[in-house]
Amino acid sequence: MSLTVDAPSALDTAPRLLAAPSPDLATHRATFGELPWQGRRRLVSEVEASGLLGRGGAGFPAWRKMAASAAGGEAVVIANAAEGEPASAKDATLLSVSPHLVLDGLQLAAEAVGAKEAHLYVRPGRGEHAARTALAERRGRDRVEVTVTRASGHFLDGEETAVISALEGRVALPRDKRIPAPVSGMRGRPTLLHNVETLAHVALIARGGSAWFRTAGTAEEPGTFLATVSGDVASPGVVEAGYGVPLADLFAAVGGPSADLQAVLIGGYHGAWVPLADADDAARIAVSRAGLAPYGATPGAGVVVALRSGACALAATSKVLTYLAGQSARQCGPCLNGLPALAENFAALAGGRAPRNCAQRVERLSELVERRGACHHPDGTARLARSALRAFEEDVRAHLSGRCAATGLMIVGRP
Amino acid sequence: MSAEKRLHVDWTSCEGAGLCHELLPELMEEDPWGYPMPRRDRTAPGGRDVLVPGSLVGHAQRAVRTCPRLALSLQRV
Amino acid sequence: MSASLWYLARGTGVVTLLLFTLTLVLGVTARSRRPFLGLRRFGVASVHRSVSLFALVLLGLHVVTLLADPYAQLHLVNIVLPFTSSYRPLWVGLGALSLDAMLALVITSLLRERIGHAAWRTVHWVAYAAWPAAFLHSLGSGTDSATLWMRVVAATCAVTVIAAVAWRYTFTPAETTTGRPVLEPAR
Repeated sequence: MSLTVDAPSALDTAPRLLAAPSPDLATHRATFGELPWQGRRRLVSEVEASGLLGRGGAGFPAWRKMAASAAGGEAVVIANAAEGEPASAKDATLLSVSPHLVLDGLQLAAEAVGAKEAHLYVRPGRGEHAARTALAERRGRDRVEVTVTRASGHFLDGEETAVISALEGRVALPRDKRIPAPVSGMRGRPTLLHNVETLAHVALIARGGSAWFRTAGTAEEPGTFLATVSGDVASPGVVEAGYGVPLADLFAAVGGPSADLQAVLIGGYHGAWVPLADADDAARIAVSRAGLAPYGATPGAGVVVALRSGACALAATSKVLTYLAGQSARQCGPCLNGLPALAENFAALAGGRAPRNCAQRVERLSELVERRGACHHPDGTARLARSALRAFEEDVRAHLSGRCAATGLMIVGRP
Repeated sequence: MSAEKRLHVDWTSCEGAGLCHELLPELMEEDPWGYPMPRRDRTAPGGRDVLVPGSLVGHAQRAVRTCPRLALSLQRV
Repeated sequence: MSASLWYLARGTGVVTLLLFTLTLVLGVTARSRRPFLGLRRFGVASVHRSVSLFALVLLGLHVVTLLADPYAQLHLVNIVLPFTSSYRPLWVGLGALSLDAMLALVITSLLRERIGHAAWRTVHWVAYAAWPAAFLHSLGSGTDSATLWMRVVAATCAVTVIAAVAWRYTFTPAETTTGRPVLEPAR
């Protein structure tokens, strides 16, 4: 996937995270100024005032974890760039373009919570390389030494407790969350884990202040975010925009759709399908929690995948569900059993050999797996399955009679 | 009914041995794969844990002790 | 008096062996997660626990009567340190070994919530050493081993345990959980 796409005319917000023309330290200083140390805890109230929401997908107010981690004893901070989501490239891009913003944010977060230990957990590749180069440039200037650890690349790799487990030298799989990480995380210490994009915004807020931060985005969802736009678009890439940006503007920023679109997947593999009746739909849909709520979707970690008309959405969904079932950590019974069953049912539906009650089966399986597991993998998978049934209702009916409404082909069930 | 405690399942330990829903049939049932599931009206806020009314706390404590994998714990609501 | 103590010692010894055997069978059944003789799973676990504690009580009586009996020449140190008795040190020692193992099993089980599942489970494997030690002890140091009834008891216990252990090793991971097909864990 290519790096940033320079199309400021398509978006009415000037780039913030991606503003620096090159990633080296000197350019970073020239673009953003020196790292402004805040003194312990002051940053937390500034981040609270800014209304910054976590950019890792869950979208909780970022200040809360910081405040909780600051309350305990010696804390640990972790910058999460595992980016296990295959359709996302924003963390790698952010690190390649502005590694120093991320690392500034990491230092500031460590200062705010009183941490003496900092980690960067990063997917191998250009992001890792850029981070290591940047850390070498900063040697001697950082107050807390940063340890870089490579992520293993599977889907659940970026889950908070999986990251902590990996950094403790154990298997990178989610753990039971009876006690939240900011209270007792890595080796029992208060642990603050934030997505690298969240930390980069923290570094900007420390410089510009909370009022400045709020000049982009909406009142409830302030600031800019990084979207990875891919699928049936001219040149897939990572785009920075303010929350509330019309979907059509995001498409324009990546060269526009490459065909007529029937739907868009928003929020990644754990997201939801949003059907697009026509091009005006895309212009009307605002990419924000408020704008996407009517469609049962959220921006998540900014993943947007466009699907052209004439492609079978159920087949595409089936592939994703099969992948997600295979990515189960296999620690928890409901997920380990339920997700493969869900994927099989959906594959039968996509392949035109499903029984009449297929949709009910998918609904029932979704209910069985939701909220029953150590992490949210089953919840996200069920959500995707259900959103496909709702968004492509007509095609589901067609498939049950052996025909694909999207491609117009007869689908023959396997003997 | 006043809820006094929350019964939490550590899903990474739970093997579906099924002793808990034998001991707490009022609160839990079995899913198709043998794993415990809170009954519809017995789910704690947040949707993940089981709400245990005061009258059943003793039975819940027994379930916690009896679980062969020690996957259960009782917490404040 | 001494004769009564001697009979009591032998009697409690035999009953202890029978209870150990029953405990082991119930333990294997509990692991199978299957109902047993009308008992639900929690019942099997509960009876396994009760029988093991009862066995410990009988074992206690067995040891106390032997200590009290001057003819047995048994001292407290022989109970705690295996193979140190003057009378048939090997066979009596196996009994002491079995007692130590039994204590470890019961204590770790009572403190299971404190020590955690992994530690408890590691110690519990000792059960498969405790029973053979008790069995050999009963054949080697008991004075009734030549009688027909004792041989029948011993043979019955041995056959039962062998059958239970063989059954245990036919369990697939699926059967030890819910008896329904599940995917193999990736790790």
